[in-house]
Amino acid sequence: MSSNFGMVTTRRDEAQGFLERLVSRGLGWARKNSLFTYPFATACCGMEYMSVAGSRYDIARFGAEFPRFSPRQADLLLVVGTINLKQAPILKRVYDQMAEPKWVMAFGVCASSGGFYDNYAVLQGIDRIIPVDVYVPGCPPRPEQVLDGLILLQEKIAAQSHPLIDRTPPPPEAIAAVQSQQLAGGRK
Amino acid sequence: MSEAAVRRLQDRFGEKILRAFSEHGNDVVVVAREDLLEVARFCHDDEELDLKLPTTLTCVDYIDEKPRFELVYVLYSVRKKHRLQIRVRVEEGDPEVPSLTPIYRGLDYWERYCWDMYGIRFTGRTKPLKRLWMWEGFDGHPLRKDFPLRGRTGQIPELDIKDIYRGPGPGPGSEPARRAATPRPSQLPIVK
Repeated sequence: MSSNFGMVTTRRDEAQGFLERLVSRGLGWARKNSLFTYPFATACCGMEYMSVAGSRYDIARFGAEFPRFSPRQADLLLVVGTINLKQAPILKRVYDQMAEPKWVMAFGVCASSGGFYDNYAVLQGIDRIIPVDVYVPGCPPRPEQVLDGLILLQEKIAAQSHPLIDRTPPPPEAIAAVQSQQLAGGRK
Repeated sequence: MSEAAVRRLQDRFGEKILRAFSEHGNDVVVVAREDLLEVARFCHDDEELDLKLPTTLTCVDYIDEKPRFELVYVLYSVRKKHRLQIRVRVEEGDPEVPSLTPIYRGLDYWERYCWDMYGIRFTGRTKPLKRLWMWEGFDGHPLRKDFPLRGRTGQIPELDIKDIYRGPGPGPGSEPARRAATPRPSQLPIVK
């Protein structure tokens, strides 16, 4: 039986895969252009964040202009500035409270690696407690660097898969890891 | 500037003022720990001295000297516009000093600071002695000279990432380097 259509698929999972890919690309496009940010600003990098968010550099051009000061409404956690060891449990808790999908940007060297605060009180990079998607170097970074990092993150989001519903149950060790993380997120 | 104040204190207390000198424009009296409360009370209540404002209290760690710590009280008179420093030496084995918070209420945070950073205990305080900046349960007093430079103790578990080398810290073979190398008891197990 011949057909004039270029592609004929009869297998169900392949057809579903096509639809899922289409949905994933559409969701990725929507998500990368509507990032709600949570600015966790603790130090002088906060000034540079204000510059990025202001009209001159205007992070709104990339759809990320909406700072939400509730972690439950945010997609992108901007860790802006030095995180010391007393602040680390708070950052961890903020990250845990954000709803999936969520992304993290380390804004400046202090958030990325501790910067020059190599002392008793400063966390040597937030990637020791939470996963980080984009590191933006600089002390503080220029607004152009931040926007470059944001574009990188958008490309990453567009390349990720965005399932509508994830029906596969998580493996038991992942559940245990999440539980231990939740335990660790609280105070001792 | 306040030589008159120093002379008045010397007239009043005599031998109890161990030393009196002027340094970088600051007039300093050194007293013993036992006489501190009495001297401070006189500084506060005396009409001529009128040192009502406790500007600051800080501590110096002279690690090589025998009375190891030196507390520096800086008092100021708003009305007479003179300033006076009172210094007290404290031993390492017995770092206890009578608190001045019954006289100067503003020294509350400064005493908490000295306890937090240097481990000086203040007795007879009007409020309980808590740490000012570090969290409860923190191990050690960070501004002591023998505290390891990288003696980081977190409150939550961290990934095991090697520290970036940023230049000389405590020299190899030194006591602080040895303490920094050995894991401290409050370091939590590593979570991957």
